[in-house]
Amino acid sequence: MSDALLEVAELTVRFGGLIALSGVTFSVTKGSVHGLIGPNGAGKTTAFNLISGMTAPSSGTVRLGGATLDGLPTYARTARGLARTFQNIRMFREMSALENVMAGAHLGTAESLGAILCRLPAFRAQEKQAIKWAREILSLVGLADQAERPGGDLAYGDQRRLEIARALASDPKLLMLDEPAAGMNPSEKLGLIDLIKKLRARGLTLLLVEHDMHFVMKLCDRITVLNFGAKIAEGAPLDVRTTPTVIEAYLGTKVARGLEVKA
Amino acid sequence: MMHTLDNFLFTYQSLIYALGVNSLLALSMYVVLAVGQLSLGQAAFMGVGAYSSALLTLKFGVPFPVALVVAAAAPSLLAFVIGAPTLRLSGVYLAIATIGLGEVLRIFFLNWDYAGGALGLNGIPELAGFIWIFGALTIALAGFVAICRSRVGRAMEAIRADEAAAGVMGVNLPAYKLGALVVSAAIAGVAGAFNAHVSSFIGPNEYGFDAAVTILSFALLGGIGSPFGPVIGALVLTALPEALRPLHDYRLVINGLIIVCVVIYLPGGLLPWRISRIGARK
Repeated sequence: MSDALLEVAELTVRFGGLIALSGVTFSVTKGSVHGLIGPNGAGKTTAFNLISGMTAPSSGTVRLGGATLDGLPTYARTARGLARTFQNIRMFREMSALENVMAGAHLGTAESLGAILCRLPAFRAQEKQAIKWAREILSLVGLADQAERPGGDLAYGDQRRLEIARALASDPKLLMLDEPAAGMNPSEKLGLIDLIKKLRARGLTLLLVEHDMHFVMKLCDRITVLNFGAKIAEGAPLDVRTTPTVIEAYLGTKVARGLEVKA
Repeated sequence: MMHTLDNFLFTYQSLIYALGVNSLLALSMYVVLAVGQLSLGQAAFMGVGAYSSALLTLKFGVPFPVALVVAAAAPSLLAFVIGAPTLRLSGVYLAIATIGLGEVLRIFFLNWDYAGGALGLNGIPELAGFIWIFGALTIALAGFVAICRSRVGRAMEAIRADEAAAGVMGVNLPAYKLGALVVSAAIAGVAGAFNAHVSSFIGPNEYGFDAAVTILSFALLGGIGSPFGPVIGALVLTALPEALRPLHDYRLVINGLIIVCVVIYLPGGLLPWRISRIGARK
């Protein structure tokens, strides 16, 4: 597939005797919103950690835009165009929202140590450029008025959006969101759906893990379903929703049989 | 009037020098803590700087500025050798490795006859002075403030706040942590060289574990939200025993009590405020 941005092949990881992910293969099409779903403990966050380089796989490969990411540390993967958020928010709590986003733009800010120490005009110009870029992203996610507040002081939903802003600051090709809607109220969720649609319209590719099925079905172009560390289904939202193995994984065999009878 | 001032400077000269040297040591500790690492090798780095510069000026008559460069370079090299393997791991490995380094060096200096062995080095020329020490301190402080308010400072605070998240932001973690340790060793080495060249004597037991913990306490007492915190901590902890001199035998008790109170009631240190990490007008 030439239009695949992210290709995950036969990804496996063992923690001691536990196989957390076994031979998972899927690919994310450029410009699409791809959902990764499954019951608790299915291996979704593990897959995220393997793709972003926070955990080393036992076997399998990850490729971004055709180039392998295997063996690269997290920061090198970010340089190749990967960005992610975390399920349990990992804010730089004391830094202001603006500083958080500017820290996210680390790789795009080309300030040399000499210029920093001598506070050369070039450094000031780069710093101003970084501020402008960070402010643009804060407005994009709707946090422009919160720029000066410490990241840790923001409301929960705002912290989630700030994490997305921080990830966007590296100008990624692929943005991975780990349960972006968790803990959000319905109106915040609607805002998030709008934001994700806006990002897709800008040409960004998104891979997201989410528990809110309504949210996933509404947004995703394609969905991969995991259960007990293995892929059990993949396809368009409507197809996945009616796949018996998926219903079984979520609701148990009895309910699945009942549903089949009804259908 | 001038006479009184001269008298004052003469009486308190060694204290004034100690204030400057300890402030530099506190800054060297700050760099490491600023990237969320713990080094207990600052005293060892200081010792390497002191011994290398003192041997050069005393035995070879090398000019002081040249000796100062060596005093910065030698501990930096050591820091690189110790840091490169240990900083790839997260956790307390650096702290353990640097405690080990300190002990090895102490025993080494104790048994190195050329450097005086247990008697240490005597008659080191008094080449450093007020201008050298406080000039270096000013430059170091200004440099750190500039670094804080740039992408490097943002990356450093990000590492301290959440190392894994900083890595995902694209911060080269091993390079930053190793860079911080090497710079820290260089500053400690320079402080050691100043110390040797104002006190005329150095011995192997001045740079042991006790000294390492004292240097750490400068930074913790002052707070590490900005580079000014550790310097304040060093000034207070250096001056306090002198200020408490009228208490005679009880002064170290009160000294300890004050430190305990600060740690309990001011967990962020004496200067808990952080400085902005942005280097231009917003």
